[in-house]
Amino acid sequence: MSKVVIIDYGAGNVQSVKFALERLGVNAILSDKPEIINSADKLIFPGVGEARSAMEEIIRVGLDKIIPHVTQDCLGICMGMQLMCNFSEERNTKCLGIFKEDVKLFKVDEKVPHMGWNYVKKKESKLLDGIEDFASFYFVHSYYVPENKFSIGSCDYGLTFSAIMERDNFFGCQFHPEKSSKNGSKLLENFLKL
Amino acid sequence: MLTKRIIPCLDIKNGRTVKGVNFIDLIDAGDPIEQAKIYADQGADELVFLDITATVDKRKTLVELVTKIAKQIDIPFTVGGGITSVEDAYSALQSGADKVCINSAAVRNPNLLNLCSEKFGNQCIVLAVDAKQINQQWLVHLVGGRKQTEIDLFDWVKESVERGAGEILFTSMDHDGTKNGFANEALAKISNLVDVPLIASGGAGTKEHFRDTFLHGKADGALAASVFHFGEIGIPQLKDYLKSENFEIRIN
Repeated sequence: MSKVVIIDYGAGNVQSVKFALERLGVNAILSDKPEIINSADKLIFPGVGEARSAMEEIIRVGLDKIIPHVTQDCLGICMGMQLMCNFSEERNTKCLGIFKEDVKLFKVDEKVPHMGWNYVKKKESKLLDGIEDFASFYFVHSYYVPENKFSIGSCDYGLTFSAIMERDNFFGCQFHPEKSSKNGSKLLENFLKL
Repeated sequence: MLTKRIIPCLDIKNGRTVKGVNFIDLIDAGDPIEQAKIYADQGADELVFLDITATVDKRKTLVELVTKIAKQIDIPFTVGGGITSVEDAYSALQSGADKVCINSAAVRNPNLLNLCSEKFGNQCIVLAVDAKQINQQWLVHLVGGRKQTEIDLFDWVKESVERGAGEILFTSMDHDGTKNGFANEALAKISNLVDVPLIASGGAGTKEHFRDTFLHGKADGALAASVFHFGEIGIPQLKDYLKSENFEIRIN
């Protein structure tokens, strides 16, 4: 069985991701140690909270030098995906630069945070095999990544934003697959099979 | 488009549900996890667990419960009933809860909302408020509705959002248990007053009541207990109905 490591840098709810993988029969390891991260077959980069303090912690433990260069498949979840971008408007934070895009604050005529289940329009990707177009996923966020050339899934909330991105071995989803019932579980299963 | 949320609520005491749930094929009617799994499979969008355990070791029992739920449930869930400090909130969120709901403790110590939202983000802080109309004024009540205060509902909701509440769960004590519908007038007023999501609670009796609270109460979600527990309204039927009434509803 492949070795799955959840990058644990103190960014909130990592237990839910671990439990979701357990439901798929995978016992993931939580770690912020470079040698363990480098030895993984699959990496998950979660994140809940605030971008600036998360990046400060990532820099403190030296993960800013590791994550952008990993060669394994790596899935960023929620703020994890945002931290994979260039820059976030959330307290003007420089991020990891894996996706050359900027993260913006929602300025729409809707309630913020965008919280609840919303539909995702998908493009072709192995990550989304067996998931229907306009399948629903659970979102909780106040900042978003605009639609861009890496987007393989988009979502509407006052504007159209990136729900899922892909660049080589890097993937990101703005929603929480670990909380998105069968569709989320299918996405995680696809990721593990890549 | 964001979908309207249907939220069953389970009352827990010492790890068991208090009001029995009337499901066919349920092996253990007191096991909250079994009940929660059925609701999740039926299409519930979210779950709320209110822990009314009154032991000294409350935090430990809450953590055990939250861990059990998080292991088995793949939809978001909120826990409440015993969150009186930042440490309580931390324990619940760290164990896998998506949100914590704070009720009386926030009235007694409003700063708790500031502290929790600064530490965890406002998206996981739900302000639960019970209120009753007395002489034309909606007054906040504490300890499960047993203690009246002189605090105006709308003032309190507004203040709580300014302090960091990221969602409002409003229960009308005048409507709770009546099965005559939600307090839509007060709900609409709250919805216009603050820009965080609003969950309607108290009064669900028919499918039409859910439609009305989304339409007239401007609620983002609706919470109910007994109509779901006793099978009076099935979640799949409710969602099909709301879809046919042209609401955005999660079916798949």
